[in-house]
Amino acid sequence: MSAQSYPKTWRRPPQIVKDRRWRIALQLGILLYLVLAVGSVEVDWERVSIGLERGQRFIMGFLQPDFTSRWNDIARGLVESLTMTLTSTVIGVLISVPIGIGAASNLAPKWIYYICRSIIAVSRALQEIIIAIFLVAMFGFGPFAGFLTLSFATIGFLAKLLADDIEEIDETQAEAIRSTGASWWQLVNYAVQPQVMPRLIGLSLYRLDINFRESAVIGIVGAGGIGATLNTAIDRYEYDSAGAILLIIIGIVMIAEYGSSYLRKFLQ
Amino acid sequence: MTEITHYSQTWTHRTPRKRLFLWAGWVALVALFLWCWQIMTESTIWAFVWDAPRQAADIGSRMLPPRLSYVPELLVPMWDTLNIATLGTIAGVIMAVPVAFLAARNTTPSARILRPIALFIIVASRSINSLIWALLLVAIIGPGILAGIVAIALRSIGFVGKLLYEAIEETDARQIEAVQATGASGPQVLNYGIVPQIMPAFWGISVFRWDINIRESTILGLVGAGGIGLKLQASLNVLAWPQVTVILLLILGTVVVSEWVSAKVRRAII
Repeated sequence: MSAQSYPKTWRRPPQIVKDRRWRIALQLGILLYLVLAVGSVEVDWERVSIGLERGQRFIMGFLQPDFTSRWNDIARGLVESLTMTLTSTVIGVLISVPIGIGAASNLAPKWIYYICRSIIAVSRALQEIIIAIFLVAMFGFGPFAGFLTLSFATIGFLAKLLADDIEEIDETQAEAIRSTGASWWQLVNYAVQPQVMPRLIGLSLYRLDINFRESAVIGIVGAGGIGATLNTAIDRYEYDSAGAILLIIIGIVMIAEYGSSYLRKFLQ
Repeated sequence: MTEITHYSQTWTHRTPRKRLFLWAGWVALVALFLWCWQIMTESTIWAFVWDAPRQAADIGSRMLPPRLSYVPELLVPMWDTLNIATLGTIAGVIMAVPVAFLAARNTTPSARILRPIALFIIVASRSINSLIWALLLVAIIGPGILAGIVAIALRSIGFVGKLLYEAIEETDARQIEAVQATGASGPQVLNYGIVPQIMPAFWGISVFRWDINIRESTILGLVGAGGIGLKLQASLNVLAWPQVTVILLLILGTVVVSEWVSAKVRRAII
């Protein structure tokens, strides 16, 4: 029996762009873009060298965070952020459940489907910070505008994932319920709800986590929360307080992430 | 034989005890919500809230029609925004690759010391929003594109690093073993056993992050880090609402285009 023959040469894996000339042109184009892009970056080295000293002070502040001297402001910002996070997630979930059901093509009539999908699209396309700018202009400074921003952003995220999830349910179970002569409400309650509930709870917890992160940012445009405190601290070059705030944010985000992943595992 | 009596006639999903706990949990959540709501709205001025629909109508009427003659002024900031996103992504990816290799359980040189450090870098980078990074960097290296690029890069490390190290941990160990069996050295194992396996994931993640970064770089200007956000901030400061409309439309268009490009490229790779 002769030994099996293996190919002696290595064959090149398939390329995305087939034509060699196009490939070279594409690579040259990318190179040209990079040169232009790097060229457009203006660096004021004098400013940077002054800044480096500040950077050093910031790192020192990060290593020796000052929790005490601004503690009252930090605590207030933190309370605002945390309350904003919880209330906006709860309200956001409550609103996004009907919208999510309406945006599932297997449950809703066509016109409701389009309305709900467009609500989702609008909510997803606009960034939190831009929504926050508008809501602060309308509702005034403070956590209430932040609460509305986060609720609005939650709708886009949760309703979309919920709708996609409802569209992917096991149709045979829905048909079984339908064949008993169930009404639409009974169908949702007995065929859809048990299938999507664990995922809905998981997504809500995940969104809680995201909302806290965002609540640390929207304060920069005046929507309350720890971001406002951080912004003030950096503006006043109080890097030790800023370091303390950042450490608190990192800590809470870590707790939220591990906590929510633990809870999700427990619930599912 | 004892007679079996007292069974419930109707089927229930949960035992009474479980139901009690469930209800207690819901009541606790509602109570927590009400408590938080109380604290949050303590300082709310309700007159402003009731006034909001009128304000919204007012802003809406000011925003229309958009001032299209403003577009030429936006082209340079838009170019800056694209550069911030692209260069920031490249720098972020370059920094994220070693971090990912240190964080992956199967490639890290020391699971005791280096892996926790790498994981901390990933978590810290992910939990701080790019706008906060930009805020810090503008204070440190001054306003401008550079601060934006560095902010985007630092923010991208966590995202790219996390997804990449998960991809490295999911590589097929048999292929790596096969390369090792030929007597390959460490770098050779990396080059021939691991890198080819994670290459599609790597490009997919990078393009995905680039897409997100375009989105995020449009607003970095709000804190002074260059790009179209600067124009947005300037227009908001002088209450030039027709210009704000133009900028928002341009941002929306860019985001849609970048999403389309990224979806196209990822489909071609994976």
